[in-house]
Amino acid sequence: MQSVLASVVSVAFHGAALGMILYVISVGLSVTMGLMGFANLAHGVFAMAGGYVLTTAISRFGAPFPLALVVAFVLVGAASIVLERLLYSRLYTASDLEQVLFTIGLIFIAVAVARFIYGTLQQPVVLPDYLKGQFSLLGRDFPTYRVFIIAFSAVMVGLLWFGVERTRWGAMVRAAVDNRAMAQSVGIDTKRLFSLTFALGSGLAGLGGGLGAEIIAIQPTYPFENLVYFLVVVAVGGLGSLRGPFVAALLIGVADTACKYWAPQFGAFPIYVATIAILLWRPAGLFGRHA
Amino acid sequence: MSTHAGGYSADPRVRPVEWLPWIVALAGFFLLPEYLSLGARILIYVLYALSLDLIVGYAGIITLGHSAYFGLGAYVAGILAAKAGISDPMVQLAAAAAAGAVLGVVTGAIILRTKGLTLLMLTLAITSVLLEIANKASWLTGGADGLSGVVVAPVLGLFKFDLFGKTAYLYCLVALLIGWWFVRKMIYSPFGTSLTGVRENSLRMHAIGAPVYWRLVLVYTLSATIAGVAGGLITQTNQFVGLNVLSFESAGELLVMLILGGVGRIYGAFVGPVVYLIAQDLLAKQFPEYWYLGIGTMLVLVVMFARGGILGILDGLIARLQRKA
Repeated sequence: MQSVLASVVSVAFHGAALGMILYVISVGLSVTMGLMGFANLAHGVFAMAGGYVLTTAISRFGAPFPLALVVAFVLVGAASIVLERLLYSRLYTASDLEQVLFTIGLIFIAVAVARFIYGTLQQPVVLPDYLKGQFSLLGRDFPTYRVFIIAFSAVMVGLLWFGVERTRWGAMVRAAVDNRAMAQSVGIDTKRLFSLTFALGSGLAGLGGGLGAEIIAIQPTYPFENLVYFLVVVAVGGLGSLRGPFVAALLIGVADTACKYWAPQFGAFPIYVATIAILLWRPAGLFGRHA
Repeated sequence: MSTHAGGYSADPRVRPVEWLPWIVALAGFFLLPEYLSLGARILIYVLYALSLDLIVGYAGIITLGHSAYFGLGAYVAGILAAKAGISDPMVQLAAAAAAGAVLGVVTGAIILRTKGLTLLMLTLAITSVLLEIANKASWLTGGADGLSGVVVAPVLGLFKFDLFGKTAYLYCLVALLIGWWFVRKMIYSPFGTSLTGVRENSLRMHAIGAPVYWRLVLVYTLSATIAGVAGGLITQTNQFVGLNVLSFESAGELLVMLILGGVGRIYGAFVGPVVYLIAQDLLAKQFPEYWYLGIGTMLVLVVMFARGGILGILDGLIARLQRKA
């Protein structure tokens, strides 16, 4: 009985850490798709870039871990503004097919560039001493780094929700998601709003990629391998919503961990089947508003 | 839209230029005997791309999971040949087609009720489910090592699959010819026109009383059937099935080939795989990094500047020349 309880706690804990990472990475995708209607399959590229920036900053330049996280967020966010202005913005009115193809093209390019610079090997993450080891809570030991991931992501999520629900910028974003034409006609500069929101979402993906580099391995095929997970979070959660993807990410994180722990012979099979079932039951996702 | 696109009002007779691919294919057989295995691969991918063009180009269904039907066809033919001892190629192919059709009608009926991201996601999820099954059920599929020991008897009991790939090439060519005839017939029919109507404006098609959903399910099933046949062919010519037939990369690659040739115009599905696979054969092994870089850059450029693909560029050039003359 004790051991069953221990494994349940362990699965819930590791699942929560994975779920938090998935959410921090994917929330930007939900906003991009909800706000701009852009099918950005290349969102994982930003997460991978964040992972590479973080590992390089630490191992090459000896940056302390918190600074490396900030650098990953800022650099990826800034780079995404350039991409958005130069390329993405030309395709806002293009068909879904063209957006899908364009972003698949970006993935191919990113995979090639990553392999070119870093080779095919997985990037090791050097953690500072204070994030290594175990953390005791209620008589159980938890890996300190996962505790840090959960706590840090929770703070980020709190800040993000506060920003969207309580600030002027957030009100403008919500207005534009609800009705873009109306928002524009009351004087909201949607173009600038899109750029900033896109940068924030991409920066968060970079942060998530860096933060989760130990859980989701940083390697050139990252954007392909994890694409399904990021898309599942957004599709199951519901486009343009903040809470939906949060619930979906936690569900997927825990379900994935549970499958690997108790039924490794099935692989990710149950996750995909559950995704199909949920999408058939609610095509707009658990919290989606557009039916 | 050019007359290549077909449609009910277009002249359904085969124009002389439409014989060109077959002349090239036959010439290739006699002139390049050492490249016949690559040739057979190209022919199979043309058939596969043709099936994708039906749903992406004509019906406007965006899918990232077309490899599900290709892969299923490949595995069904492979399992029959390697595990069930059924070596007749026609039976294997018929089984691959039937499997593609059944999966196509079942999944199509389910997923075509949705659209946009949800549809895209469902196509990906279905393929992922099949990939997981193929990966984990290694007693049946060989798992990550692939399925070897595929035995294929002579075609119709007469033509043995030889080492040089002569039989395989002609066998694939005949299969492609039948597939092409069928697809072409369909596109020039009222049914084909109604598909284009759904793609261009599904609301209006509803308004004039067209059974939009059932048309989509039907074309999806037909496309899945053809993809299943293409999968069966790839198993028979390689005499091996690997997990990669079901991978997302393979579905993406196919989409790239179709876009490169030109979407929604039948012959784009011919040009794309030829150019892509020959370029891949020449370049990919020497420069794997540059290959993906090149493919990615090409995709971005095609979307930005040449949305009709190679045939679209050709159309533009011809139109220009005619204006000058």
